[in-house]
Amino acid sequence: MRELICITCPLGCRLVVDTDEHGEMKVTGNRCVRGEQYAREEMFNPKRVVTFTCAALLPDGSVPGPRSDLPRRVPVRTTVAFPKEKIPELLDALRGITVRLPVVRGTVVLRQALGTEVDVIVARSIASK
Amino acid sequence: MKELSFDAVVIGGGAAGMAAALELDTRGHSVLIVEREATLGGILMQCIHNGFGLIEFNEELTGPEFAQRFEEDIRNRNIQTSLRTTVLDIREEGGLKAIYCVSPSQGMMRIEARAIVLAMGCRERTRGNIRIPGTRPAGIYTAGLAQRLINIEGFIPGKDVVIIGSGDIGLIMARRMSWSGCKVHAVIEILPYPSGLTRNIVQCLDDFGIPLYLSHLVTNIYGKDRVEGIEVTPIESGALMHEKAFRIACDTVLLSVGLVPENELSRNAGIELQPATNGPWVDSTLMTTMPGVFACGNVLHVHDLVDYVVEEARRAGANAAAWLSGYRPARELRVKAGPNIRYVMPMRVNLERENRFYMRSLIVKNDARLEVRLDGAVVRSRRLAHVQPSEMLSLMLVPEELSAAGRDSTVEIALL
Repeated sequence: MRELICITCPLGCRLVVDTDEHGEMKVTGNRCVRGEQYAREEMFNPKRVVTFTCAALLPDGSVPGPRSDLPRRVPVRTTVAFPKEKIPELLDALRGITVRLPVVRGTVVLRQALGTEVDVIVARSIASK
Repeated sequence: MKELSFDAVVIGGGAAGMAAALELDTRGHSVLIVEREATLGGILMQCIHNGFGLIEFNEELTGPEFAQRFEEDIRNRNIQTSLRTTVLDIREEGGLKAIYCVSPSQGMMRIEARAIVLAMGCRERTRGNIRIPGTRPAGIYTAGLAQRLINIEGFIPGKDVVIIGSGDIGLIMARRMSWSGCKVHAVIEILPYPSGLTRNIVQCLDDFGIPLYLSHLVTNIYGKDRVEGIEVTPIESGALMHEKAFRIACDTVLLSVGLVPENELSRNAGIELQPATNGPWVDSTLMTTMPGVFACGNVLHVHDLVDYVVEEARRAGANAAAWLSGYRPARELRVKAGPNIRYVMPMRVNLERENRFYMRSLIVKNDARLEVRLDGAVVRSRRLAHVQPSEMLSLMLVPEELSAAGRDSTVEIALL
C-alpha cells in the first residue's frame, strides 16, 4: 500500500494505492477519474508539467534594457507532463534557447524534447516594442 | 488636465479587473480599465507555473496564458484601457465619482464615472509585518518579488535559499529556484500545518527533497552586508524551545507570510474596511459603503484560486451594471461568521436572488459539517471531506431557503 496526494488539480485528493486479490492495482480516495490515472503514472512513470523561462531578445538581437517595458524572459511550458527523471536535462536544453521578439503564444521553441512526444511552447505573446 | 468620462471605471487590470470590465461591457456600459503596469494581467504575468483555469477553462494554464485569454477578449471588444496609469485619489464630486490619476504619456487626468469597480489586488506582507529579529543585510526578499526578478526581469536573487512561511508563492518559488540551479535548504512554517495547497507541498518540496519545518519560528537573521544564515527555534505546546534552536547557513531569505489587500485608495476615499479581511465592507451586491463603488478579487479578500477571483469579479461587474440601471436590493439580511469561520464574503444576503458566498475556515478537520442557520435554526447542512484555512470554501444560497426570515433575522454560517 502506498499513499499519494494527487497533484492533477488544486483539490489535492489523498489517494491510497493498493493491490486487490488478483494482483490488480486499486486506487481509492480519488474524486475524479484523473486521480486514478495520476496514481498509475506516479507509480510507474512519474511526470510533471515543466514551466521555465528562456532569454528574450529584441528584433535587433540586443537584450531589453532596464527602462524597457519589455520583459527579459519569455515564459515557456511543456505541452503536457514530461518524464520527471529527464527534467534536469530538459532545463539544460532550455537554458541555451533564446526567443526573438515579437513572439506569439504557442510558438514551439523545442520540438519533441529529448526524443519524447512533448513540445516546449511559448506561454505568452509579447510585442517587440 | 485631461478630462475623460465613462459609465464605469475599473481600477486594476489584473484577472479581477478584466473580468469585471467584460461584464460591464456585455451589459452595454462604457468602461475604462486603469492599470499601473505597462501590460494587463497583473500578478498572473509573473506566475509562469501551471494550475490556473481548471474551473474557468477546464484546463490547466500558466498565469500568462490565463491572463491573455481575458486580454484578447478585452482587445476584441475594444474596451478602453489606460496603462502605466496610477490612480491617486477617488472623490465624490457633483453626484459623480472623480478618479484622479497620472501617467507618463498623459500627465495628470481626471476621469468621471457613475460607478467604480475596485480591483487593485493585494500585496505581500514583509519582514516588518512579522518582526523577525536580527541584522538588516541584503538578500531578504518577499517571494513574489523574487518571482518577478527571476521570471520577468531575468535575475537570480541568490544561490542558497531559506523560505520563511509555507504560502503557495513560497512553495512555487522553492521549485522555481531549484530548477534555476539554486539550493533551497528549508521552508520554515510557524503553524503546525502548511498554509499552501497540498499539491504544492508534493510537487514543489517533496519532489526536491526540501525539508518543511512545521511549528518552527525564525528567531534571528545573521549577516552584515549579505545574509549569512538564520536561527530557527522549534515551538512546542506554544512555547519557544530556545535550547533546541539551530542555525541554517544561506545567502538569501524569501518571505511567503501572507498577503494584504491593497486598500490605500479605498481608505483615503473614506470607504469602510473590515478587520477580518483587510478589505472593504460590502453588501450582497459587493458594493462598498460608498454607493456605486464595488470591490472584487484580492482587494476585497485574499483568494487562493484565480478562478474564484474571476467568478467574483464577474458578479461585481454585473452588479455594477445593474446599479447603473437603477437596481437596488430591496431586502437584505446580515450574514455572520459563526463558530470556526474566520469570515464570510459578502456580509449581506439578498432575499430576491441567489447568493454566492466565499468563506475561510479557522480549523483543520476531516469530515467537517458546514451549517447555515437562520436565527439559530439550521436551514442547510453540508458534509465536507476536508477543511483547512488555506482552502477557501464556497456556498450558494437561494432565497427559498430563507423564506422564514423576518425583518431583523440574521444568517450565520458555522463549521462543525
